[in-house]
Amino acid sequence: MASTHGPSLDHINTRLDASLAAPDAVLSTQAPAVAEELLGLGEATLEIWLAAHHVEPTTRKVEGFRLLALHRQGARNNPSFNACRETCRELVYYRNLVVLDPAHADSARRLRLAAMVARHLALFIGGKLEVAGLGEFCCSSRPLRQREANAQPAEIA
Amino acid sequence: MSGKYQKVAYYPGCALEGTGHAYNRSTKELGKALGLDLTELDNWNCCGAMEVKNIDPKLQTYLSARNLSIAEEMGFDTVMAPCNGCYHNLKKAEYDLGNDADSRAVHERLSSKAGHKTYQAGKVTTIHALDWIKEAIGEEGLKARVKNSLKGLKIANYYGCMYTRPRHIFPEKDKGPGSESTSKPHFMDDLLAAAGAENVDYPLKTACCGGAHTLSDSDTSTKLVLNLLTTAEACGADIIATECPTCHTGLEMHQVRAEKVFGRKTTVKILYFTQLLGMALGLSARKVGVHENFSESSTFLRARGLG
Repeated sequence: MASTHGPSLDHINTRLDASLAAPDAVLSTQAPAVAEELLGLGEATLEIWLAAHHVEPTTRKVEGFRLLALHRQGARNNPSFNACRETCRELVYYRNLVVLDPAHADSARRLRLAAMVARHLALFIGGKLEVAGLGEFCCSSRPLRQREANAQPAEIA
Repeated sequence: MSGKYQKVAYYPGCALEGTGHAYNRSTKELGKALGLDLTELDNWNCCGAMEVKNIDPKLQTYLSARNLSIAEEMGFDTVMAPCNGCYHNLKKAEYDLGNDADSRAVHERLSSKAGHKTYQAGKVTTIHALDWIKEAIGEEGLKARVKNSLKGLKIANYYGCMYTRPRHIFPEKDKGPGSESTSKPHFMDDLLAAAGAENVDYPLKTACCGGAHTLSDSDTSTKLVLNLLTTAEACGADIIATECPTCHTGLEMHQVRAEKVFGRKTTVKILYFTQLLGMALGLSARKVGVHENFSESSTFLRARGLG
């Protein structure tokens, strides 16, 4: 049975808003911790998607990151999930920039961008939970209405 | 620059005759200014766009392939499609005809019924407007022709999704140095940098804008676009450069809607890359259709000595 005990999307968005609103000085002094938290919020976002589809979120890592493993898990048999592939990779990229050089003058700005990338992921997953076809037509080049078109009139009704 | 694509067939597609008129105008003017020859396909038809592909992908393959067939009959081996949707659909048709027997069968039956030659995969190469300028002129060629440098303009390049996804229909991408990347596309960045612009590191260049759901689920699209806009501003961008009429219109319309519905105003300007390159080559803002964009950027451009 898939676990559903993680934070909700609302909680994730609240945490992201807090990171975006934090003063530069606060972000800079806690840079590695904030970067790890943002990465964790990205993981929690993908866990919500997987749990909603009765899939136990993996604890494995891909290229050293659980976020990328979770994305791969979500994209299995669901190519439209690749609409958030690069978003996940960008989140990892910003996390790396900050954690590998926390004293960099740009750390606060990098963390804000990471938060915005994480927010895009949360918006995409939130949107896709409401409208499963999000990303289907464009990113996986699959039709949205073929089933309805092929169905008998009685089935549509 | 490879010197290729000096003369190519041009497939504008339906959007460039409507909401994307400024993209059509600026693409043609840019080609003219660079001495590149564009020959519009005779009697072209819709590529199948969203409407046909949504209910019958094999019919969409036929519709796109008919355009490739026209290009071949006109003596071209390359067709340039500036719209990401058209580009994507023509590439998908090429892939399906090469890999799916059912698609070939439907295509042969409909071509024969319509009374035109059946297009065979591999006869015509579909390229995007970015490939066209990158290969035909290249960064060095552009630099040599710049009259009004874009210096001082900070640009976030937004490629959208259909330019790179799904990866299997773009076999020429991800081939190492010189080729386009599907995970981090850079052709537009390269060209605008050659024209003097400062590209910002924009982390959402291929992120979802909810485009296919823009009318049915407007709030989802508006929230996604608003995040694209605010992130571009956080990156320090003055402008988001686009290379697709659907992305462009979506960004413009949801910029307005975000203010009306969510009270969030953003001021980043939205311009086609062809408009920016055209102005860098000395064309006026009017010549490249800046006045035809939905959002107003003329004042901003004039203040920076462009247009």
